[in-house]
Amino acid sequence: MRQVDVSTIRDEVARLSQETNYYLDEEILAAFEKGRDEDESSAARAVFEQLLENARIAAEEQVPMCQDTGTAVVFVELGQEVELVGGYLEDAINEGVSRGYTEGYLRKSIVEGPADKRKNTGDNTPAVIHTRIVPGDQVKITLAPKGGGSENMSRIQMMKPADGREGIKDFVVKTVVEAGPNPCPPVIVGVGIGGNFEKAAQLAKEALLEPINEEEKDSEMPELEREILEEINKSGVGPQGFGGRTTALGVNIKTYPCHIASLPVAVNINCHAARHQSVIL
Amino acid sequence: MTKKISTPLDDETVAQLKAGDKVLLSGTVYTARDAAHERLIKLLEAGEELPIEIEGAVIYYVGPAPAKPGYVIGPAGPTTSYRMDPYTPQLLEVGLKGMIGKGSRSRGIRDLLQKHKAVYFGAVGGAAALISSSIKESEVVAYEDLGTEAIRRLKVEDFPLMVVDDINGDDLYEQGVEKYKIKQEV
Repeated sequence: MRQVDVSTIRDEVARLSQETNYYLDEEILAAFEKGRDEDESSAARAVFEQLLENARIAAEEQVPMCQDTGTAVVFVELGQEVELVGGYLEDAINEGVSRGYTEGYLRKSIVEGPADKRKNTGDNTPAVIHTRIVPGDQVKITLAPKGGGSENMSRIQMMKPADGREGIKDFVVKTVVEAGPNPCPPVIVGVGIGGNFEKAAQLAKEALLEPINEEEKDSEMPELEREILEEINKSGVGPQGFGGRTTALGVNIKTYPCHIASLPVAVNINCHAARHQSVIL
Repeated sequence: MTKKISTPLDDETVAQLKAGDKVLLSGTVYTARDAAHERLIKLLEAGEELPIEIEGAVIYYVGPAPAKPGYVIGPAGPTTSYRMDPYTPQLLEVGLKGMIGKGSRSRGIRDLLQKHKAVYFGAVGGAAALISSSIKESEVVAYEDLGTEAIRRLKVEDFPLMVVDDINGDDLYEQGVEKYKIKQEV
């Protein structure tokens, strides 16, 4: 068994908390540049110009690109030949989030007693942690801070098998278009199809971790992704909802086999501040 | 064309603002989001005085990130406004003139903007680091215990905004979609 000390995981989570919030992915920046140069709406082009300037300031000054530095969503792929030592995994992750958010001047957005007290926990913990045991002797940590505005516009529907491909398409497009300006378009759309109620939601979230460029992504349903993206961008909502051709930058679909009676479909919307980074230990 | 305006807002200023106008706002702006709104409404219901000067005021729906040393404020972009819709009617009643956020307001709020001659502005969501450069001063004036949700008095200079909902009932988001929607061929 290979031993990994959880303090390493803590330190990496702290680092990733900050770096995901300061630096935007190259592919998102490239999509902003394309929008600035090509969207036929002047309001849209102006928004892209501001987003590029904003990303430049955030990276240069090492401040978060958005004040909503999100719920810390952490994916752990733990090799089954790894023995974790030095403490409990989830404690280490939460210590990393606490340190990263405090030392990085990131906003603390988590409240406990969600139904009534709603008291801020003060250090953005607890994280939402998804752990999967995988073959091998490595540990992969992915941090994906997720803002509240776009999360609030996400939906899940237990569809009928008869609704099929067209039904799925209509539901996804409707979800994004009806969200309009609220989730901070241009958005990235994660779609989970199949599994069951909770599996579909998790697939949709995982789909947001995939690249949006067709050349880079390993797509399960490239044609459906393309059709949905095209329909969304016909809506006219545009960046910030000010009107334009770029309402979504990408659509990613993940699927899983499901029950003969079911067709669960989840749509997780990400704002343009699409933040996620991974490290392999 | 970009219109330069200053707070406090009066009827005359608000009347010349049209949905889709670009605006540079200067003066005093108060921050408040969900939790602070709830407290303000409780004060109004108890007949008590508000901790802010509401007459002609502009409220910015924002929960800023903490300020790094040497900064006035951390990144401070708008939060989604519809969550404040339940609280907004009572604040309009007592003189609120402007709100800054992102996203659509309810039909009811849009009607009340016409009635009270008030305006709803959109700031660019997610452009938080850029927006904070227009904020020159920041001071917590109420509810410090709420952390990022405390009410702050901000002094802003040339804060870039778009008029979303004006006193004529027009809405920038509807206009945008109307202009750029690609209609289905029948």
